[in-house]
Amino acid sequence: MARSSVNVVIGGEAGQGLVTIGEFLARALTRAGYAVCVTQDYMSRIRGGHNTFAVRVDPVAVSAPGETIDLLVALSADTLDILRRDLSPRALVLADAAVGLGGLPGLAVPYKTLCPKALYENVAALGVAGALLCLDPDILSGLVAEKFATKGEEVVAANRDVLAAAMDWAKGQGANFACLAPPTLGPGRLMLHGNEAIALGALAAGVNFSSFYPMTPGTSVIQTLIDHADAMGVTVEQAEDEIAAVVMAVGASYAGARPLVSTSGGGFALMTEGVSLSGMLETPVTIVVAQRPGPATGLPTRTEQADLDLVLHAGHGEFPRAIFAPGDVAQCFHLAHRAVDTAERFQSPVFVLTDQFLADSYRDVAPFDLAALPAVARPLTTVDDPAGYVRYAVTDSGVSPRLLPGFTEATVVLDSDEHTEDGHITEDLAVRVAMQDKRMRKLAGLTAAALPPELIGRAEDATLLACWGSTLGAALEAAERLRQAGQPACVLHFSQVYPLVGEAFLPILAKARRTVMVEGNYTGQLANLIRRETGYVFDARVARYDGLPFTANFMVSKLAEATA
Amino acid sequence: MTEANPYGEFETAWCPGCGNFAIRKAMVAALTALGLPPHKVVFSTGIGQAAKAPHYIRANLLNGLHGRSLPAATGIKLANPELAVFAESGDGCSYGEGGNHFLAAIRRNIDLTYVVHDNQIYGLTKGQASPTTPKGQITKTQPHGAPSEAFNPVAVAVAMGAGFVARGFAGEVEHLAELVAAAARHPGFSLVDVLQPCVSFNKVNTYAWYRQRCYVLGDDHDPTNREAALARAFEWGERIPLGVLWRSDRPAFGPMAAGPLAVREPDRKTLSGILAGYA
Repeated sequence: MARSSVNVVIGGEAGQGLVTIGEFLARALTRAGYAVCVTQDYMSRIRGGHNTFAVRVDPVAVSAPGETIDLLVALSADTLDILRRDLSPRALVLADAAVGLGGLPGLAVPYKTLCPKALYENVAALGVAGALLCLDPDILSGLVAEKFATKGEEVVAANRDVLAAAMDWAKGQGANFACLAPPTLGPGRLMLHGNEAIALGALAAGVNFSSFYPMTPGTSVIQTLIDHADAMGVTVEQAEDEIAAVVMAVGASYAGARPLVSTSGGGFALMTEGVSLSGMLETPVTIVVAQRPGPATGLPTRTEQADLDLVLHAGHGEFPRAIFAPGDVAQCFHLAHRAVDTAERFQSPVFVLTDQFLADSYRDVAPFDLAALPAVARPLTTVDDPAGYVRYAVTDSGVSPRLLPGFTEATVVLDSDEHTEDGHITEDLAVRVAMQDKRMRKLAGLTAAALPPELIGRAEDATLLACWGSTLGAALEAAERLRQAGQPACVLHFSQVYPLVGEAFLPILAKARRTVMVEGNYTGQLANLIRRETGYVFDARVARYDGLPFTANFMVSKLAEATA
Repeated sequence: MTEANPYGEFETAWCPGCGNFAIRKAMVAALTALGLPPHKVVFSTGIGQAAKAPHYIRANLLNGLHGRSLPAATGIKLANPELAVFAESGDGCSYGEGGNHFLAAIRRNIDLTYVVHDNQIYGLTKGQASPTTPKGQITKTQPHGAPSEAFNPVAVAVAMGAGFVARGFAGEVEHLAELVAAAARHPGFSLVDVLQPCVSFNKVNTYAWYRQRCYVLGDDHDPTNREAALARAFEWGERIPLGVLWRSDRPAFGPMAAGPLAVREPDRKTLSGILAGYA
C-alpha cells in the first residue's frame, strides 16, 4: 500500500553535504506536487559534529515536523547510533556499504562502485532515496542538470549517470519500502524557507536598503537580499556592529531608502537604542528578529520563542510599534510586506518575529500574486510650501507628512531630543506633552490596522490551542489528532502579537471548553501579555524551551498534564 | 552680510565664550564657500554640546544618539549620494562612544566630512575625562588624574590611511573654514579634528594655551608623505600643528547607488522572475 506521510531524515557531519541532498530532495518533491516541511537541526560549528536535515513529505498537506524517521539517509557511522531510537517500526536505513547498517533494516549502498569519485556520493544517495520514494526520475535528473549547469556539460552528464545508476541499483534491491501515494498539489509551487520568504516579501514591498551584522539565524534574510541585490537594486552594507546596522538603517530611511534589518536576540539587544531612535525620530525601520534560545549566547543554532518580551519592550521611553509573528512560510512573505508598509505608514519601528525553526524550514508554497499586494505607503518628495514645512506637524492621527531631505528647498530636521514641530531641540514641557501625545496617537492607528488572530476549527466546547508564530503548524496537527480521538479541538493563531485587540478574540476564547496557550518559552510571554492587556487568563499552558520546535506529539502528550 | 545669510541666525544653548561659536562661524563660511544651499546639506550629529551645533545652522539635520553620528551619516549618504553629508560631534561622542564607528568609517572611506569638536573633556555631563584628555589631568571624576593615555585621533587616522586628515583650531576661524571646505571637496572620508577650549570644565587647554602652541603647517609639509604626516600627527605639547596633515588618493567607497534610493520603483517583473527561480 502506498504511503501518505513520510519523514525522510538525512544525518551526518557538518560539511558532508546533507543540506545539499536535503534541498535537492525537498525541491524534487515540491516539483512533483507533494507538500513538504523541512526541519534543520545543526550544531554551531563548520565541520564535524552531527546535523540532520529532515524532510516530512505528504501528498496533501504537512505543516509541522515529524518525530519518528521512516527513511534515514546516514552519511556517517555516528548517525546510526544517534538516530537509532527515533526510527519508526517500518523504517529503512540507507548507509554506505563500507560502513554497514549496524544491524538495522535497510540498504547498504555500494557508493564506491556506483560513483567514479567520492564527490558524487551525494547524488548517489539522492538517487537511492528518490527511487525508494518512487519519485519521477526526470524531475531528479532535471534538477541535477540545473544544479551543475555552471560546471559544464561533462559534470552534468557524470552526475546524471551516477543518479541513474543509483536509482537502477535501488530498484533492483527489492527493498521493502512502499512508494509515496501520488501527489495532489499542482505544479508550479515554490520551495522556500522562512527567511527567504521574509526577504522576498520585503523586496515586494520595495525594500532597497539593508545594513546588517551577521548573526544566526537572522543572516539568511540578508543573504537572500544580497543574492538578488544587483537585479533588484538593493544597497547592502555590512556594518561594524549591530548598533551601527540599525542606526545606518534609520539614517538611510530618513534620506529616503526603504530599509530592512535582520538579526537575532543578542544582536537585537544591541540595537535597542536604535529602536528608540526610530520611535523618537518617527523614521520607519523594519526589523526581523529571528529567535534562538538565550540568555546570552544560548543555543546559537536552535529554536525558541522567548524574545517577545524583548522586542515588545526594546528601547527606552514610550513609543508605538507593531510586532508580526508569521506562522508559516507564506505568512513570512505576506507579513514582511505588511511590516514594511506598516512601518512606512506609521513612521515607526515594526518587527517581524520569527525563529530558527521557521527561518530554516523549507515548505512548498503556492506562487505569490505580486499584483494583488497592496501599495506600500511612501514619503513625500514634493511639498506645496517648502519654507513653511515642518517635519513634526501635530495631526489628529499623529502621523505627520514625512518629506525627504534634498528634494525641495525645505530643510528636514530630526532630533532625538524632544523637539518642536520643526524638529529643533526643546525643553518646553508643554511642547513635550503635545509631541508625546502626537506620537502615541499613532498607536490607535496601529491598533485599528492590527491583524486579529485566526481561528482554525470550531471553538464551541472545544479544546482551544492558542499559539503565535511558528508554533502554528504543530498546533494544527495536534488539534487534528485530538479531533480524530473524538475530542473537539481548534487553533487560535496570533500572526500579530502587538498591538492586541481583545474584542477580536476574547469572545472566541469564551466559547471554548478549555483554553491552552502553547508557546516556545519558559514564562509564557504571550499568555502574560494577553493577561496584561485584557485580563484574560488561559486555563493551561504548554511550554517548550529545549531548543527544538514543537511537534504534534509533544503538544498532545503535554496537554493532559498542562496547568496554568 | 546678515540679511542674506541663508543658513540663519539662532539662539544657542552654549556657554558664553565657548569654542563652538567660532566653529559654527567657520562651518557657515565653509558652506558658503562650497556654494551649498541649505537643502542640499545634511548634518548628522550625536549628543553633547558640539552635537547641537547644526541646530544653529539652517540645513537638513538628523541629531541622533550619542556616538552614532557616523552610522547615521553613512546611511544617509548610501541612500542619497547626491546630498553633501557632514557628521559633527564632540570628542567623547566621536572617539569614545563612537570609537568603533570611527575606525569603520576610515576603512569604508565613504564620501562624508567628519568635524570633531575636540575640547578634551566631557562638557555637557559636566567635566569628566574624555578619550582625548591628557593622562594625569585632574577632573571632577578623575581626582587623581585621568588614568589612561589620551587617544590621538589624527595619528590613528593617518596610520589607517584615511582619505583626508586635518586639524583646525577654534581660534583660527578662517583657516578652519578653509580646512572644512577642503575636507568636503575631498572624495572619501575626511576628518577635521578641531581643537577648542571648554571654558567651563577644561581649565588647562584654554585659548591662551592653544595660541601659545598652535602653528599652521607651511608649504614645506607634504601631506601625501605618510612618514611626514605621522610625524606631524604625533607632534603635541610645546608645538601643535594645524592644517592638512595627510591626504591620499585612495578611491572612495563604491559603487554607490546611481541616485537617490527614494525614486526607485520596486521592479515587479524582475521580482516575478526571481520568485519563479524558487520553483
